[in-house]
Amino acid sequence: MLARVADSCFWLSRYIERAETNARILDVNMQLMLDFEDQNPNMLHQHWQPVLATLEDQELFSKHHEKITPDSVMEFVTFEKKNPNAIISCIAGARENARTVREQISSEMWEQLNRTFLYLRDGMARADFQDSPIDFYRGLVDKLHAFQGTSDATMIHGEGWDFLQLGKYVERADSTSRVLDIKYHILLPSGEQVGGHVDITQWMAVLRSCSALEAYLKTNVGEVSSWQVAEFLILHGEFPRSIRFCANQLNNALHSISGCEAGYFSNEAERLCGMLRSNLNYTTIGAIFEAGLHQFLDQTQVHLNDIAMAITETYCNWMDE
Amino acid sequence: MNRLFKEYEIGDFFDEMFAAPGVVRPHYQRLARRFSEMADGEFDRKRLLAEKSYLNQGITFTVYSGDEGTERIFPFDLIPRIIPANEWEHIERGLIQRLTALNLFLHDVYHGQRIIKEKIIPEEIVRSAKHFRPEFMGFDVPKNIYIHICGTDLIRDRNGVYTVLEDNGRCPSGVSYVLENRQAMKRVFPKLFARYQVRPVDRYAQDLLGVLRYVAPHEDPEPTVVVLTPGIYNSAYFEHSFLARSMGIEIVTGSDLVVKDSRVFMKTTKGLRQVDVIYRRIDDDFIDPTVFRKDSVLGVPGIIEAYRRGNVNLANAIGTGVADDKVTYYYVPKMIKFYLGEEPILPNVETYLTSDETDRKFILENLDKLVVKAANESGGYGMLIGPCSTKEEIEKFRAAILADPRGYIAQPVVLLSRSPSYCEGTAEARHIDLRPYILCGEKTSIIPGGLTRVALRKGSLVVNSSQGGGSKDTWVIDENGEPELASPSQSQSQSQSQGPAQAQRQSQSQSQVH
Repeated sequence: MLARVADSCFWLSRYIERAETNARILDVNMQLMLDFEDQNPNMLHQHWQPVLATLEDQELFSKHHEKITPDSVMEFVTFEKKNPNAIISCIAGARENARTVREQISSEMWEQLNRTFLYLRDGMARADFQDSPIDFYRGLVDKLHAFQGTSDATMIHGEGWDFLQLGKYVERADSTSRVLDIKYHILLPSGEQVGGHVDITQWMAVLRSCSALEAYLKTNVGEVSSWQVAEFLILHGEFPRSIRFCANQLNNALHSISGCEAGYFSNEAERLCGMLRSNLNYTTIGAIFEAGLHQFLDQTQVHLNDIAMAITETYCNWMDE
Repeated sequence: MNRLFKEYEIGDFFDEMFAAPGVVRPHYQRLARRFSEMADGEFDRKRLLAEKSYLNQGITFTVYSGDEGTERIFPFDLIPRIIPANEWEHIERGLIQRLTALNLFLHDVYHGQRIIKEKIIPEEIVRSAKHFRPEFMGFDVPKNIYIHICGTDLIRDRNGVYTVLEDNGRCPSGVSYVLENRQAMKRVFPKLFARYQVRPVDRYAQDLLGVLRYVAPHEDPEPTVVVLTPGIYNSAYFEHSFLARSMGIEIVTGSDLVVKDSRVFMKTTKGLRQVDVIYRRIDDDFIDPTVFRKDSVLGVPGIIEAYRRGNVNLANAIGTGVADDKVTYYYVPKMIKFYLGEEPILPNVETYLTSDETDRKFILENLDKLVVKAANESGGYGMLIGPCSTKEEIEKFRAAILADPRGYIAQPVVLLSRSPSYCEGTAEARHIDLRPYILCGEKTSIIPGGLTRVALRKGSLVVNSSQGGGSKDTWVIDENGEPELASPSQSQSQSQSQGPAQAQRQSQSQSQVH
């Protein structure tokens, strides 16, 4: 497979995943806001600021908007073309990459993605958003899920597919760590207790942002605590958005590309991924909290960046010649 | 007669569908019946359906204005053009004859130049052609095929005679629309297809791949073939990727390729992989910055050296532009006689050369009545249509001709045939042409039909997509049409499977006679 094509598959997939994460975070935050009765500007600022912090978009945001309001944040993260991480930019980026690898992906995948792009570009999306932001974000997530399903059902599960998996799971692991970290940025209103009503609502929102609430409740019947939510989203072996699950999938795809035997490594990306994987396989949530959850998530993000760079270096570095 | 054609005007042109007002030609009758069965609004719904499907599939070309390129769909007219079997057979023989002669001409012009020595074409014409590549004198291309893919533009004059307007022997585009238009028509008019025996077009990609493999530099049973594109910002990128997908081969940009030891490789995730044949959709000028334009960032440094050494083949060959030059065009009928000893089956449009003193005098006196074309422009650019131009424009061309007598040709305004096109609720006559796609490999084959381009602007004679043109599906059917429309030169028969290798031998034996 062409090095450029591998790179495009990787990024195509990352952009799709990133758009989905954004849509989900905005959806949940919108719902969470409606749960609180007090909607004075100060509260709203406190409520929406963590979204920007999670997505690391604060600096650019302040160039375009004076105040953090629900509308300004949603506009910025959804439709603002000047924001490279906005949903519309991610979908445009995914499509641009897909255009260069159309002979790799199936026509069905391309059409699904292209329809989503046209929906966002033309007036339809805006009209849906104005009718109901929550329905709009859910509809968008559905469209992106349809892309994943179409990919699974119509594309050869070969090398191109493996690069799509790499992009998807690097980005997804990163997203989950960021969503989890959002809680770090949210300040509990004064007078509220850790483990109190508001705290629990916030942790449930974190789960919802990862489509994890139902799955979580099956595993931890009737209980929501910071400890258990973090354990579920970081260490669960079978939940498809947990960081450990993503690391294992990442590892599988890497070994499928190189043909290197499991348990060994043949390049830097495999070595780094193997380390991340074994770290997640052999740690406990107790150890993570002891070292500090925020620090752990930060390190994980750095580790994922290193893996992504190593993938580019190993397979796509012809591009820099 | 149905509403669609109620106010249809034939005008003073050859009309593809109507022999006289209200009289439908036999091969269009089932089409007219089907359209008359249509309910109110059905045609519009079908049109929107087709447009939507083009948009969703991303079958678009990019138009640049300002700093942001926008993607547009190529306007598609739902009323098909129908070519009966006997007319198509005539066209096919004519095109095969013409391409055979052009390939013989290219071989000759880059070797012995017999055609110059025998004073059929002046040396000056060849030497001054912008795309003549004297660096390739004496260079042998695999199987002696220069133009592997040719798009020859045909028009029908007022009497319905198929006439050659120009040859495109460099990177002819548009074939993807032939295939996609057919898909769209099948979706919206399934019943109509059932009523006609329309010859299928979907073998094109496999035939193209067959040609590309046939011209591999070494007798390799599994040569690696790729499509080379300038990139996604090229207006024809959709087509490049479409063809790569349909052939199941890689599409590469210049930066995906690298030349080492005069061999061309692509950069893959598993290291370098050698490439044998490149279907390049980049012009000569941009293909190798070490040989041609130094500022090209689209090309592959060193690729020409690899080509010279016979380690890679390019389709089309380097230097084919000397054959589709508009001045060379004038000489093609002479070439056909010279190399094949045959009368041209498809005539040229009457053409005057500004380089010829008598012609030039005539041209300059009649600029307001003629069409003047720059010899090396394409896409409808660099053209003066005398009767539709202002005095200023005419004077501009007069000065240009005097400054560069080699640079132009002139033709009478050709009254292109017309065909009904759908325009806001009714059918109106619009001018059309036809670009068939000819593939030259082990044998020469032509995709049945080709791209019918329509000048959608009322009264316009320019069918190029950059100038407001659209396209329609082109059906070659198994039944014959009106016999009187076939050309008088039908007695000239030639085996359709004749490839250039055979033709080559033929011309050599002819040269002994001379």
